[in-house]
Amino acid sequence: MTDLTSLTLTEARDGLKAKTFSATELAKAHIAAVEQARALNAYVLETPEHALKQAGASDIKLAKGEGGPLEGLPLGIKDLFATQGVRTTACSKILGNFVPPYESTVSSQLWRDGAVMLGKLNNDEFAMGSSNETSAFGNVVNPWRRVGSNVGAGGSGAVEGAHLVPGGSSGGSASAVAANLCLAATATDTGGSIRQPAAFTGTVGIKPTYGRCSRWGIVAFASSLDQAGPIGKTVRDCAVMLRSMAGHDPKDTTCADLPVPDYEKAVGRSVKGMKIGIPKEYRLDGLNAEIDALWQKGIDWLRSAGAEIVEISLPHTKYALPAYYIVAPAEASSNLARYDGVRYGLREGGRDIVDMYEKTRAEGFGAEVKRRIMIGTYVLSAGYYDAYYLRAQKVRTLIKRDFDEAYAAGIDAVLTPATPSAAFGIGEKGSADPVEMYLNDIFTVTVNMAGLPGIAVPAGLDSQGLPLGLQLIGKPFDEETLFALGEVIEQAAGRFTVGERWWA
Amino acid sequence: MSVDIATVKRVAHLARIAVPEADLPKLQGELNAILGFVEQLNEVDVAGVEPMTSVTPMAMKQREDIVTDGGIADLIVANAPASDDNYFMVPKVIE
Repeated sequence: MTDLTSLTLTEARDGLKAKTFSATELAKAHIAAVEQARALNAYVLETPEHALKQAGASDIKLAKGEGGPLEGLPLGIKDLFATQGVRTTACSKILGNFVPPYESTVSSQLWRDGAVMLGKLNNDEFAMGSSNETSAFGNVVNPWRRVGSNVGAGGSGAVEGAHLVPGGSSGGSASAVAANLCLAATATDTGGSIRQPAAFTGTVGIKPTYGRCSRWGIVAFASSLDQAGPIGKTVRDCAVMLRSMAGHDPKDTTCADLPVPDYEKAVGRSVKGMKIGIPKEYRLDGLNAEIDALWQKGIDWLRSAGAEIVEISLPHTKYALPAYYIVAPAEASSNLARYDGVRYGLREGGRDIVDMYEKTRAEGFGAEVKRRIMIGTYVLSAGYYDAYYLRAQKVRTLIKRDFDEAYAAGIDAVLTPATPSAAFGIGEKGSADPVEMYLNDIFTVTVNMAGLPGIAVPAGLDSQGLPLGLQLIGKPFDEETLFALGEVIEQAAGRFTVGERWWA
Repeated sequence: MSVDIATVKRVAHLARIAVPEADLPKLQGELNAILGFVEQLNEVDVAGVEPMTSVTPMAMKQREDIVTDGGIADLIVANAPASDDNYFMVPKVIE
């Protein structure tokens, strides 16, 4: 029998239905793979008993020919999603051993549809980071290595090369999917946290339209930008995952009351006649030549599939990242005010209550989170609000208007690179200047600022043998077009899987 | 705009984060790097532009003004670092 962990989500679904293997066998294979992959640090909490219990229940349903669309399929859950009775920390010391007495809406819909939870996945602390180097549980390692690197393989002889980051903030999700440690994973995206790690690991990730998935029960970072979505092995797998994750929730007033389409039906749909915009502003000075060549390949693939390629202009693109670094920290400083050592999580004793707050927050938050809270506090403080926050929100209106105008002119979707480079080494970026790390999100952040859906699809390998991704940006609530176009790229480029299980 | 050490101290206090004196210069440098980066927004002509308040135009739903939850005080204090008889315990706040 083939290794069950190498199946895609939809292959495993079909195998369970055909009774080729059981949900318990599928769960056991994944539990073993997770145990053997601790060197990657993708999971911060493994829940094998929980998984086996759910798988057992799935087997009973499957035997009767019943079960939901995800029945018996083992998933990993980003540690930002509250899971009832299972520790949830956002990978911050300040949440300590927080055990939610409730379940996030998105994860509850996965269990409703029959999915099995393998455990909680590592991420940047409070989802603030682009490399998964800010987690209180330590760095996540990318299962991909540069050509010729033998790092982590053990044995004797010289070590060549360094471990690479999986991207962030959903680094655990991306690493786990790429290393076959789950069939798919939940993730969240505030500035690129689904699409950038997907691109760095040869996986597919979609950030749906703002409002498509409920944010209820997901640890908040920046509420006007945060959105949940899946990371999966294929476009089809992501389509199946998103259908279960999405949908109206009265507990989140920003969650759209719109029907959720059967996204899988959009996979394989013709893209003939679609108009694809190529924004000239994304052709940055000094853009990596390999990324540029990959982008051209993507254009050619879509054209061969019958799409029409149109150059477009999104003139405010360059202002998206600086505006983001006002809006997101401002919202974060407000959202993270709740971590005060009173109701949950860490508490450090102090002379009085203010001293207790200050010591608790100094001890509980990591350096990147503190920086962003302080930037947010500063830009919202008296005398600076208009100059920073208000101006950034006006720029945001202009960024969204750029896209509105392109779509009004008949564009169906926009094609761009997903990241400005392939995965880099752990410790390589951002130690001197935080802005160096922020630039990773240059192609993804506009999408959050405009509330649009965006998908990252692997499209090739660079000269170091590392995966690179392309991004497709869609109209509000038109994720179906992204799945149709993403499938064209996946079919043309093929899938990119890690060759050697060097960590096991 | 850039911040001086006194401003970094004031912002840290507003954010309720204790920052040791020795860490202030490094933090000042990092905050100024970020503020320097966002400075480019001043190039944008925003005259007459409405600030964004909602990224997807939608009317907020209203619900019935009724009690939908409650009676779970024990669950609410279950994760508290200090609680007594379903009350959160904090250091004395009035003299």
